[in-house]
Amino acid sequence: MDISAFVLFWAAIFTSNILLTNFLGMCSYLSVSREVESSFGLGIAVMFVLTVTAALNWLVYNYVLVPFNIVYLQFIVFIIVIAAFVQFLELVIERYVPALYYTLGIFLPLITVNCAIFGVSLFMVIRDYSFLQSIAFGAGSGLGWLLAILMLAAIRRKLKEKLVPTGLQGVGISLIITGIMALAFVGFSGIVQIQ
Amino acid sequence: MIFVILKDIAILSAISTILALVMVLAQRWLSNYGTCKIDINGKRDVSVIGGSSLLSSLSEKQIFLPSACGGRGSCAACKCKVLSGGGPVLPTERPLLSKEELAAGNIRLACQVKVKSDISIEIPSSIFNIRRYHATIAEIIDYTYDIKGITFKFDDGEKIDFLAGQYVQLETEPYPEMKQRVVRAYSISSKPEINDALQLIIRYVPDGICTTWVHKYLKVGDKVSLTGPYGDFYLRETDADIIFVAGGSGKAPIKSILEHLQIVGTTRKMTYFFGARTVRDLYLTDEFKALEDVFPDFKYEPVLSQPDPNDNWSGKTGFVMPYFKETIRDPKNTEAYLCGSPGMINAVTKALMDNGLAKEKIYYDSFG
Repeated sequence: MDISAFVLFWAAIFTSNILLTNFLGMCSYLSVSREVESSFGLGIAVMFVLTVTAALNWLVYNYVLVPFNIVYLQFIVFIIVIAAFVQFLELVIERYVPALYYTLGIFLPLITVNCAIFGVSLFMVIRDYSFLQSIAFGAGSGLGWLLAILMLAAIRRKLKEKLVPTGLQGVGISLIITGIMALAFVGFSGIVQIQ
Repeated sequence: MIFVILKDIAILSAISTILALVMVLAQRWLSNYGTCKIDINGKRDVSVIGGSSLLSSLSEKQIFLPSACGGRGSCAACKCKVLSGGGPVLPTERPLLSKEELAAGNIRLACQVKVKSDISIEIPSSIFNIRRYHATIAEIIDYTYDIKGITFKFDDGEKIDFLAGQYVQLETEPYPEMKQRVVRAYSISSKPEINDALQLIIRYVPDGICTTWVHKYLKVGDKVSLTGPYGDFYLRETDADIIFVAGGSGKAPIKSILEHLQIVGTTRKMTYFFGARTVRDLYLTDEFKALEDVFPDFKYEPVLSQPDPNDNWSGKTGFVMPYFKETIRDPKNTEAYLCGSPGMINAVTKALMDNGLAKEKIYYDSFG
């Protein structure tokens, strides 16, 4: 893939936002976006985990899976690596930043099964990114995810005072808003194409 | 072909093993807080292995802070002062702390504070009196269709020292419907003069974890474990008149107080209102009526809210509150001791204050 890591980073945020163009990582996006504070916490956690697991999985893929010719096991291996890393992160945070542990701690297990994180690792393989590109793509996707959940949380905060038809309250209206946000992000897509 | 499969399995296993190994090492290294020292009231040090909660670390050292929910952070009974080493107040504690306690910043829930470094705390010195007792069930009496009196005899010379009115915490044993142990608080109904055994009065609550165990599984000869004594609901030694209000199993602490007074003697004017629904809910009535002859000025007044017409009830009916007015002689010199549900406590406290009693002279034990 002939695209600079810098461009890829920005592209991952705006033109190919992992959440708004691929609709990955929806479950926690919808359930946590009720409050801005927790959305921010989860977003930061996703961003960090995405960046690091993209790097880890790139190394595992290129130095273990490819040489031993077991690329077909990538799904299992990627998930194991993500789960182990999240677990490890949980231990580190609990030890060194207890206050953060109690605000983020509940989200970390959620992240393990966040499809955005797994999705980034798979895209990185399919699109044949280099190590640097993978990190940029991971970080950009994370930042994009953070941006999307923050926007939804902010809109939902306003929404609390508005009359929403009964059948659309909660997830219904959130998905419609997400769709409109996605349309807006499609507007960026002419700038650069990464897939 | 078989070798290719075996090779792939081996590599996958190797990756998993390496990651598992990293996790085990991380756990060893990151979750190991070494030995931490807990300084209590600046007078006593205990050393514990760090990493677990303050509440459980203390109970390992036979120091029992009260806890009704078993460390889940929902009852707030284990509040204590953490002077240093406790870290910031956690979001799990906030809802259970008052504005003043949050402002003070050092009032914490012992079940949420983790011991990760040397820590210094302040707890009431009466806590040191609290310990674990091992007991055998000596007697089970059916007081009513849903209330049992259970006598616990302590093993090998263990002795308890408590004030009439205080409570203990009973730990359940696992039973078929419930594999977990839970801890529940019950007032002691026997007098403090008996120190090698105690009695609890327990009412059956449908689907209650502990009361189901007590009512359906507990039998004479069973071994159980209790901690105590806890609580600041006990008889104040003054000359003031006393009004007791307690229904159902709330009779337990009042029974303890009256039996204690029977031994030490008193000339105080006392009235006990026992609120119940029907005659079926009354128990120990003759015993308490007999106390009217023991004390110079004591009245036992069962009040039925819904007496059955077939019972031919000739005593007081309705709620207990309307009877306070005729009972209170001098509201400034009257104490009240209440035991019951939060709703009952609130209603009775309000009625007593309307009759002129001072709020600080109304003592109560509230159970949900």
